[in-house]
Amino acid sequence: MAKVKANKTPLVRISKRTDISGWKALGIRAIAFVAALVLGGIVTAILLEGNPFKFYSYLFEGTFGTPRRIWKLLQDLAMLLLISLAVTPAFKMRFWNIGAEGQALVGVLAAGAMIFYIGDAVPNGVLILIMAVAAVAAGIIWAVIPGIFKAYFNTNETLFTLMMNYVAMCLINYFINIWVTSGSGVLGVLAGGHFPVIGGQPQILTIIIVAVVTALVAVYLSRSKHGYELSVVGESENTARYIGINVKKVVIRTMILSGALCGLVGLLLVGGIHYTVTADLVGGNGFTAILVSWLAKFNPIYMIATSFLVTFLNQGATFAADSFRLGGSFSDIIVGLFFFAIIACEFFINYKVTFNLKSKKKDEAKAAIVTEEVVEEVKEEVQG
Amino acid sequence: MKKVLAIVLCVAMLAALGVSLVACNDNADFKVGFICLHDENSTYDKNFIDAIYEAQKALGLKDEQIIIKTNVPEGNECYVAAADLVDQGCDVVFANSFGHESYMLQAAKDFPEVQFCHATGTMAHDANVANFQNAFASIYEGRYLAGIAAGHKLQELVNGGAAAKIGYVGAFPYAEVVSGYTSFYLGVKSVVANVTMEVQFTNSWYDETAEKNAANNLIQRGAVLISQHADSWGAPTACEQANVPNVSYNGSTISNCPNTYIISSRINWAPYYEYMIKCVQNGEDIAADWTGTIATNSVLLTDLNAAAYADAATATAAQNAINTAKAALQNGTLEVFDCDTFTVGGQTIATYMADVNTDSAFTPDTQVIENGAFEESSKRSAPYFDIRIDGITCLN
Repeated sequence: MAKVKANKTPLVRISKRTDISGWKALGIRAIAFVAALVLGGIVTAILLEGNPFKFYSYLFEGTFGTPRRIWKLLQDLAMLLLISLAVTPAFKMRFWNIGAEGQALVGVLAAGAMIFYIGDAVPNGVLILIMAVAAVAAGIIWAVIPGIFKAYFNTNETLFTLMMNYVAMCLINYFINIWVTSGSGVLGVLAGGHFPVIGGQPQILTIIIVAVVTALVAVYLSRSKHGYELSVVGESENTARYIGINVKKVVIRTMILSGALCGLVGLLLVGGIHYTVTADLVGGNGFTAILVSWLAKFNPIYMIATSFLVTFLNQGATFAADSFRLGGSFSDIIVGLFFFAIIACEFFINYKVTFNLKSKKKDEAKAAIVTEEVVEEVKEEVQG
Repeated sequence: MKKVLAIVLCVAMLAALGVSLVACNDNADFKVGFICLHDENSTYDKNFIDAIYEAQKALGLKDEQIIIKTNVPEGNECYVAAADLVDQGCDVVFANSFGHESYMLQAAKDFPEVQFCHATGTMAHDANVANFQNAFASIYEGRYLAGIAAGHKLQELVNGGAAAKIGYVGAFPYAEVVSGYTSFYLGVKSVVANVTMEVQFTNSWYDETAEKNAANNLIQRGAVLISQHADSWGAPTACEQANVPNVSYNGSTISNCPNTYIISSRINWAPYYEYMIKCVQNGEDIAADWTGTIATNSVLLTDLNAAAYADAATATAAQNAINTAKAALQNGTLEVFDCDTFTVGGQTIATYMADVNTDSAFTPDTQVIENGAFEESSKRSAPYFDIRIDGITCLN
């Protein structure tokens, strides 16, 4: 009996596929996006007992409805993209840096501290340069510490970088308590260190900087020796060692790059956007970046698309939630649904699912034929 | 045929013009925007949002005329949200969190034709920006009254052999919180003269875990009654679990704490909203610094929970004492911060310079003790009482 069972074809068969065409993969992703939209509409219709189309119009109205909303979308996209670029080299090296939030926060703290302590003493241009150096240096220090520990003592970088996030948050609160002697915990807008406004829109400078960094990181990863080395280390440390790559050096160097980019994030947040220091300033982007980078398969150019998707959804769903007066949990549900659909669709891109819904007899017949074929093949191989 | 069509189109256009002109009348295109730090899951924001609907109902505004933006952080997002509300046609924009202030002030400068009102802020009275206003309420009076209710409960516990020690979970060591816990303490002290209080700060306005832990820590240190100035349900929930009576803030917590909840004080923002909206609709100036009081119905107490008292007579006595004190506060015969009721370093104070005006160093600049009492919220709506008085110990 057992033998007969083993011969039976299962109802659903899952097989790995590597041959999927780019267009087909894109098609599956598009279907997932539409499916998520439909799901979002259904959830809204259930919650509000009404028109699901209103949800779609709010989604777009909240993101593209006015020039100001488009600028906000572009700025948030740029900032998410930048921090996603920051984690990417480490991820490609299979170094799970989930400390981007903290690395950006110490950048925020360093830039803010420069304004607070020497803002009055030096001209604004010089101040911005000093802020830049301080923020990048702080980001590097925060990232390279777990990097060194990983390289020399093989400590677990996931836990290490995660804990460094909380240390950074507490450091910020500690300094705010020192700076704000009234005890309110609110620093308010700092007077100095504001970046110049280009083209009448404060967002343009940020967008230009991020565009340049995106291009540089893309070239670094795909065209430079460093980029090649870190992907070899990611594939197999032993192979890397065998072909003469200094793994320790690559780990530390890559974390320096990660940290520097996170420091840049902190600098832009303080000097280009908020002009203040709070522990919420990075707003969880350091964690969202992991998703953005992963979904884009660590490709900086794809990352523009995934950052856009995340930013678009957040902004659109928040607008919809406020318009429906449903509160923050509604937008979280909507964004969650999208990620659920999009991550699920990656499964269908990587695996082929075959259903066997034909009658039992046919199945048996087919199984018999298949078995014969296999036997023939084996025979041929043996003879060959 | 073309002529007929042209005439029909002309008539249609005129009709549309007429309709739109009529629509412009009687404030039908009037809009008000609200910016909230969190959403209704925070008791602080829920208190603001409930008041919005109350004011909307009282003024007969339509849903389209009220735009609420929730979960707006205390960063540039606040400026963007305010500007977006202006884009949507709001005539007045209100923000509810202390850290929103700098960004609201910037928006006021950039959009001079729109009014910007900010709760809990300190800058309007000396910022000299005509369309930027602050508002607060004399909530220290409400806390004092809630303290009287707590004092009666404490007396019951002391009669049963407990120590006269209470605890307070505070958000930040900031004047707003110091003013709040001191007024609560003085309310309790008016009933139980030898009471002492310990205060633990969470350094966050909303941190459920930290508030819970702080309450538990205070209870472990011997506090037999707890109050709070932080925005989650953390402290009241911890008290219910430990069966420790408590006084909450921002509204009743009786649903989760039926046995331990005594009373709650809260600011009712509806009177200010109505005032602010009417001013803008009538083209009148809004006060740069508006302080709501018990008289304006801005300071409210929830119903006293008699179940929290062992004896029904104590609950009645507490209610009577509250009523008496409330009347005395209103007619001016009672001052919460009467300098005869507290000492600082063993001494009664006769003068005190408080930080009222805006400067980055928080310099004390204004004499605030007049006629033997600390005049809270008279120089500016946001509280400035930041004296550490005897009997209260800050743990951190």
